[in-house]
Formats: sequence, structure tokens, C-alpha cells
Amino acid sequence: MKRILVTLLALAVVGAAVGFWLVRPKPLPADALAGLTADVARGEKVFWAAGCASCHADEKAEGDEKLVLKGGQRFPSPFGTFIAPNISTDPEAGIGSWSDLDLANAMMRGVSPDGQHYYPVFPYGSYAKAELQDIVDLRAFLATLPPDPTPNADHEVGFPFNIRLSLGGWKLLFLDADWVVTGDLTEEETRGRYLAEALGHCGECHTPRNALGGMDKARWFAGGPVPAGKGSFPNITPAKLSWSQADIVEYLTSGFTPDYDSAGGHMALVVQNTAKLPPEDRQAIAAYLKRVAPVE
Amino acid sequence: MKKILAGLTLATVAFTGMAIAQDAPFAREIKARQGIMMYRAINLGVLGAMAKGEAEYDAAAAQKAADNLMASITLDASMLWPQGSDNSANPASTALAAMWEEGSGIGDKAKAMADAAAAMQAAAGVDLASLQGAMKGVGDGCGGCHKAFRVPTN
Repeated sequence: MKRILVTLLALAVVGAAVGFWLVRPKPLPADALAGLTADVARGEKVFWAAGCASCHADEKAEGDEKLVLKGGQRFPSPFGTFIAPNISTDPEAGIGSWSDLDLANAMMRGVSPDGQHYYPVFPYGSYAKAELQDIVDLRAFLATLPPDPTPNADHEVGFPFNIRLSLGGWKLLFLDADWVVTGDLTEEETRGRYLAEALGHCGECHTPRNALGGMDKARWFAGGPVPAGKGSFPNITPAKLSWSQADIVEYLTSGFTPDYDSAGGHMALVVQNTAKLPPEDRQAIAAYLKRVAPVE
Repeated sequence: MKKILAGLTLATVAFTGMAIAQDAPFAREIKARQGIMMYRAINLGVLGAMAKGEAEYDAAAAQKAADNLMASITLDASMLWPQGSDNSANPASTALAAMWEEGSGIGDKAKAMADAAAAMQAAAGVDLASLQGAMKGVGDGCGGCHKAFRVPTN
């Protein structure tokens, strides 16, 4: 009897150890960025393509205020309300003291410099597909932006979602860097896929989520209800989005729909980013959208 | 008979009164301003079709559409926007009450829209590239109010 108990206890300890090992934060190798040199001008393009300001600047920011990444926007969800952190260059309140690798680990692995899991409201599930070169360039551009001393607010998340280690399980289930749209893509469509699936993180809103908050990749870009809010994110697969490529490009440039209404809600902020991309990048996104599998 | 007639008359009066009372507040103002928005959309459609390459560039037609847009901006429509004529008073409107609040910046936003429409007016008849270059400014102008003062639609 004692033997059985001891064996069971030993198994439990091993099981727990394996469990903890499985859900541990998994940063990039220390030399992941070796040999990469930063290009600030490219980094600015990455900044707009990745939409950093849409969440990290004040929601009402216009013009240069968009470059003050002081955080504070609130994102309600079924798991609680998340509050965007300060990612300005302030060394205390922001991320001014981070290394390039810290930023790469945050964006691509969802791991903070002190080894904690980030909540996936931060779209590392998409940024995981980014090129390391883009992260290094982005870091160089972020370093040119103004510091802001606004302290971070705590997320308003209750038990059990406040146990960050559980996010390791979420990552095991849902975090992967595989492209959703595969097959024979043109160079333009491939660029569009990179912009839409990785940097632009379109799927974070336009792909519905399952009960655990993972993106339902079988319904990629098929839209769904706004979590803990009113309304819904539209289906932008070819099954529902009947806009021509020229319509999509115009929308991503000026914000005008084919009816000449203007973009609304959070999408208006997204258009402010896409408007700053080179025209060929907006063309590429439109070309990619036409290759997404139609989902009713 | 007289009694019945009187009763019917009273009922008719009461019914009519009810019908008037049921008219949603500011219905006429809201309809009028939405009509102006639609007028702008139709003229922008002429410019947008050329910008997108769906219609051949026609300097005269572009100029006319841009002039119309500008005319709709300079029109005094202030009487169509009385305080309280927002979405909570009448769901036919998508205007938010925030528009009428102190410090809403509505004046600056209207000025930015007027500047963008003026830039389009100057560009539309020049050539296609100028027209295309002015579209984004007009989009920003429209978006200035639509982002801040409209019931969010995703």
C-alpha cells in the first residue's frame, strides 16, 4: 500500500513537473538576432504595417500624437478587461530599457523580459509569423519615438485567467507560425499574406474565436461577434466581401467604402495605418484577400 | 346618431394626436442631414470611380463633382443639427451626443473637412493623379467626424 502511495506521489510530482515544463515561457534563442542590422526607415513601415499605434496610442490621437505610445486603451473580453501598456521609450514606464531580443520575444513568443507570458490580447499569435529583420528594424524606429511617463494600469482580469502560467497551455493549443492561406501564391499575394496574417494581424478581429479564445482557423476571416461588446466583425472572405480589388485598395487608402461612407469603429484606426503603407502593399493585401477561402 | 358622430370625431382627433406624438423627435432634421450625406456620397462616387480606374478620367465631370461636394460643405446646415438630435433621442440617427459636448472639437473637424474639400476642388480638374492624391484627404475629413461622433459600426 505504502509503495503504491509513494509511486502515485512520485508520478504526480513528475506529472506536475512535465506540466510546468510544457507551459513554461519559451523565448527565442539568445543569438536569434545575431548578424541583423537595423534600418530605421524600414522600421517605420513595419510600425504602420503592424498597427502598434492603433492600440498603444490614445484612441483619439491624431497626427504626431499617434507616436506617443503611452497605452491606456481598454479592451473588454469574456475573460476580463485588458489595458494596453505603455510602450514608449520611457525607461521606467515604457520599454526604453528593452533589448532588441526583448522586443522579439514579446512580439513573437508572447514572453516578457522577466519571463512571464503575455495575454494574447497582444497579437503575438500573428506577430509569431513576422521576420526577425522586421522586428529589429521596428525596434530601431520605436527608439526614435518620444518617452511618456504614464504608468501601466493593471489588467482587470479575475480568477482563473489571472494565472499567467495557464497561458502556456493556451500557447500550446493555439500558437503556431504556420500560414493559413497556402498553395501557389504570386509574389504579390505572398507579400499580402505576410502583411495580413503576420504584421497587420487582421485575423485577430476578423477570425472568430473558440471558447478558449483561440482563433478558429477553419473560419479564417469569416468574422464574428465583438467579444463582450455590441455588433460584429464583418466576414471579409470572398463569400461575403463582394468588393473589387480596387474597392479594397481605396478603402485601405482613404477609408471610403464602395458606397462612399467612411470606415467606422476600430477599423478607422486601422485605415490610418494602411494609408501610410506604400501603394503596392495595399494592392498586395487586396490581392491576398481574394485568395482567402470563402466561408459563409 | 349625434352621439355616435361626436364619439367618432373625438376618436379621430385622439388618434391623429397620437400619430403626431409618435413621430420620432427631430425626424425631419435627421432625414435632411442624411440626405446631404447621401448627396456627398453620390458626388464622391463620381470622383472615386475615376480614382479607382473604374471610370475614365473626365476633367469636367470631376470638377463638377468636386464643386458639388464643396457646395454641400459650405451650405449652412446648422439648423439641421439641434442639440439633442442624437441617436439616443431617435435611433434613426447615428449621431452621438458627444458631438454637442463642450470641447468636442467639432469646429476644427468641420474646418478640416472644408479644407480637404477645397483641396479636392483645386485638384479634381487638373489631372487624374491630382484627383487621386486628394481622395485620402477627403476620406480623413469625413472620418474626422465619423470616427468621433458616430455610433460605432464595425
